[in-house]
Amino acid sequence: MDLSLSTRSVGDRTVVEVGGEIDVYTAPKLREQLVELVNEGNHHLVVDMERVDFLDSTGLGVLVGGLKRVRAQEGSLRLVCNQERILKIFRITGLTKVFPIHATVDDAVSATD
Amino acid sequence: MATVELRFSASPEHVRTARLVAAAVARRAGVEESVLDELRLAVGEACSRAVGLHAAHALDTPVRVTLSEGEKAFSIEVGDDAPPPGGQRAEGPGDGEADQLGLAVIRGLVDDVQVTSDARGGLIRMSWPAKPPSLA
Repeated sequence: MDLSLSTRSVGDRTVVEVGGEIDVYTAPKLREQLVELVNEGNHHLVVDMERVDFLDSTGLGVLVGGLKRVRAQEGSLRLVCNQERILKIFRITGLTKVFPIHATVDDAVSATD
Repeated sequence: MATVELRFSASPEHVRTARLVAAAVARRAGVEESVLDELRLAVGEACSRAVGLHAAHALDTPVRVTLSEGEKAFSIEVGDDAPPPGGQRAEGPGDGEADQLGLAVIRGLVDDVQVTSDARGGLIRMSWPAKPPSLA
């Protein structure tokens, strides 16, 4: 399965819905999308990973890169994920401390901390 | 003898194929369903790393994956043809951040893992407990 990407605006947040597999082959597409959004002035991103089937360290690297970019603009990058197998990868790499991870898109969009 | 051997040209698009084959062979070998997600991820990480090393060294040789069914364990080896950085494999200063993150994920997921080398290049060996399905 390939990667699917779609974006929509909710208030001042931009929600990026990601589906499929994020790996060494598909991660560059996600990187391009995040870079483009930030360059267009979208500095508060919510990455909805509920439809992601697979995520590896290449994908983690892209998300960390996205976080660096939005922070440079005083923005934010929040993740939406409830899937245990995906959350586990964030835990073993210590990235749960780096990314705010929310249970629903509504929670992520309304979060202000 | 390896149950299944796989060689693929060192391109990112083939890593998914390697993951799927490894998970299918592991399932047949009796690796628990609950572990298959981790196995798939670990094999993907090892293959992505090998693909990256081949690209970094401009190697046109394939990445090698061997899947071996033992009596109590299922083991996977992923081999690359990259020269050892500074005489030391895998954890030398020549490795990039992405590479280190990949290795960290493998070590976090797999209890039995060795990052070593053979005559060809670097080798990551991983194994998981397996109970071959009884024929009864």
